[in-house]
Amino acid sequence: MVSLKELSKKEEKLASGHRLCAGCAEPIIVRQILSATDEPVIASNATGCLEVATTIYPYTSWKIPWIHSAFENAASTIAGVEACYQVLKRKGKINREIKFVAFAGDGGTYDIGIQALSGAAERGHDFLYVCFNNEAYMNTGIQRSSATPMGASTTTSPAGSVIPGKKEFPKDLTEIMAAHKIPYVAQGSPGFYNDLIAKAGKAFSIKGPKFMNVIAPCPRGWRHPTDKTIEISKKAVETCFWPLYEVENNEYRLTGISKLIAEGKKEKLPIVEYLKMQGRFKHLFTEKYKHIIPEIQSRIDSDWGILKKKCGY
Amino acid sequence: MKILGMNGDNAVAYAMKQINPDVVAGYPITPQTIAIEKFSEYVADGEVDTEFVAVESEHSAMSACIGASASGGRVMTSTASAGLAFMWEMLYVAASTRLPIVMNVMNRALSAPINIHCDHSDSMGARDSGWIQIYGENVQEGYDNIIQAVKIAESAGLPVMPCFDGFIVSHAVERVEALDDEKVKNFIGIYKSEHPLLDVENPVTYGPFDMYDYYMEHKKQEHEAMKAALKIVKDVGKEYEKISGRSYDTLSEHRLDDAELAVIALGSTAGTAREAVDEMRKKGINAGSLKLRLFRPFPYEDIRNALKNVKAIAVMDRCDSFGAFGGPMFSEIRSALYKTSDAEVVNYIYGLGGRDVTTNHIKKVISDLNNISTTGKVKEYVQYLGVR
Repeated sequence: MVSLKELSKKEEKLASGHRLCAGCAEPIIVRQILSATDEPVIASNATGCLEVATTIYPYTSWKIPWIHSAFENAASTIAGVEACYQVLKRKGKINREIKFVAFAGDGGTYDIGIQALSGAAERGHDFLYVCFNNEAYMNTGIQRSSATPMGASTTTSPAGSVIPGKKEFPKDLTEIMAAHKIPYVAQGSPGFYNDLIAKAGKAFSIKGPKFMNVIAPCPRGWRHPTDKTIEISKKAVETCFWPLYEVENNEYRLTGISKLIAEGKKEKLPIVEYLKMQGRFKHLFTEKYKHIIPEIQSRIDSDWGILKKKCGY
Repeated sequence: MKILGMNGDNAVAYAMKQINPDVVAGYPITPQTIAIEKFSEYVADGEVDTEFVAVESEHSAMSACIGASASGGRVMTSTASAGLAFMWEMLYVAASTRLPIVMNVMNRALSAPINIHCDHSDSMGARDSGWIQIYGENVQEGYDNIIQAVKIAESAGLPVMPCFDGFIVSHAVERVEALDDEKVKNFIGIYKSEHPLLDVENPVTYGPFDMYDYYMEHKKQEHEAMKAALKIVKDVGKEYEKISGRSYDTLSEHRLDDAELAVIALGSTAGTAREAVDEMRKKGINAGSLKLRLFRPFPYEDIRNALKNVKAIAVMDRCDSFGAFGGPMFSEIRSALYKTSDAEVVNYIYGLGGRDVTTNHIKKVISDLNNISTTGKVKEYVQYLGVR
């Protein structure tokens, strides 16, 4: 557990004054992740909102060494950095401990970047990959990705008069990464910062590839007020839409609120509590498309049952 | 010095072993594969200190090279054909981030139809990416170019792509004079990056978002760097001659001094062209040939000088630039000669997908030039050579 008092004393690695939107979850997550280690960190960043809004030349918000090269290759770029670190350490040209992190959105991770991520994970580079899952291509204007939830309206899966938004359920990337049998895989939410920072801290302490998938509400894309980001990121967990769990050396473990829900110590909220806060789902509350909500609920219940079993419940 | 029998790919790997780069990120593709296989053996046997990253694609190969080079390491790779095409996006990033990566290209045709043999479509497609491009004729040049490329890249602050012909050079065993390891080591020296990403005390931001208020200034700097690279290539060539006895410039001439007709080629065809020139000379036809070594930056002044007295010129392009007025080398050479020469310049597109080009083909080209020179008439400016 980390105390807020301790966190407030940490040196900021991402300066304020960047141009991300009000209510964007990404800088919150970056600060939470980077506060989890006192060692120097080097970051690679996929093309996307975070990259664009934090490095408008000649300004930069990054107080740590940072590299962006393209969209689909945050993993292979940091792999090159880490490879260079390993050889220079071996040659005695660098003697200190350095941590490596790759930041990317769901488009750069679930879709176009999955090959580079999978490759870097399989090769065993010592890095932490953090996916900000805002469930669509937000930087280009809210297009659907393979992380977009079923029923969500995006600009390439718009809710129309015959199609109710995105027709498919998202792929389960956390499970795909767990299937790589890398030392550490976790899901987190910025609403539960203690859980997220603890996971990042654990990830930084482990050698080898680590993957964290973090839900990242986007007021523009999800159509919610900017002051609801944290509340929604909590609702995602409380409805079991986005369970908090970790897979450490192939051992599954629920954490935080998700653990309490599994143990019956906390109520599992119905998905409607999550959906109703977001404009991207508003068509699901019309007569024509209201049958979609039970379908979503049923999928969540089924996935939650499978995950609970894996975690020994 | 050691005399070795090696094919082009093994010569590349051997030169890389002597260079002992910090990071090599490699991916197999015919006809380049032997080079990374051989280099992997050097790694496995502890003959190099290199961190070898066996990536899952060429896109990741170049991405990892970019990460490693920005980190301050000396970084190398090699590829061909579709592999180079797959890297296309990252080639531009490597060049405009000003990273001195060296990547040998074993030239191979692009799909479709799929074909594994030589032409220059791959590297010519990358000619505007900001990489310095050097074309070697044979295994010896392949070996020599790799070593020079390291020094050129680090002096120019630009990546270098030494190229040679797939299979014709990559898989042909030839006699190679290899320098002693110590000579190579001293020649390339120690690489010191100005702003290594790994310097955590002095954090830098690589690859920021650059709008219309600065982007063009950055492109101008790249433009100037490429211009300045011309002299660097020449200087490094002279320096290399001192340790190897082999001279390198932007181009080399064969019997051009008194020639009226000239054939221009790059890569292995330059050797075939010299042979054809010699045979035609015996018949009393006043031909010469020019081998272009450096394609980027384009040595247009050297070309003007070399061709100032000729009356008809055939440019041999081993790739098409569909819809253009001739192949890439043709367009640039005609442009270089504009208003400085009265010579007719014609284009032959040849050798696509490994189609053999023989002295007979080039002798026919020289005969065509002879007709043009005597009649003053050009039937066709751009034609395919050796096509059915």
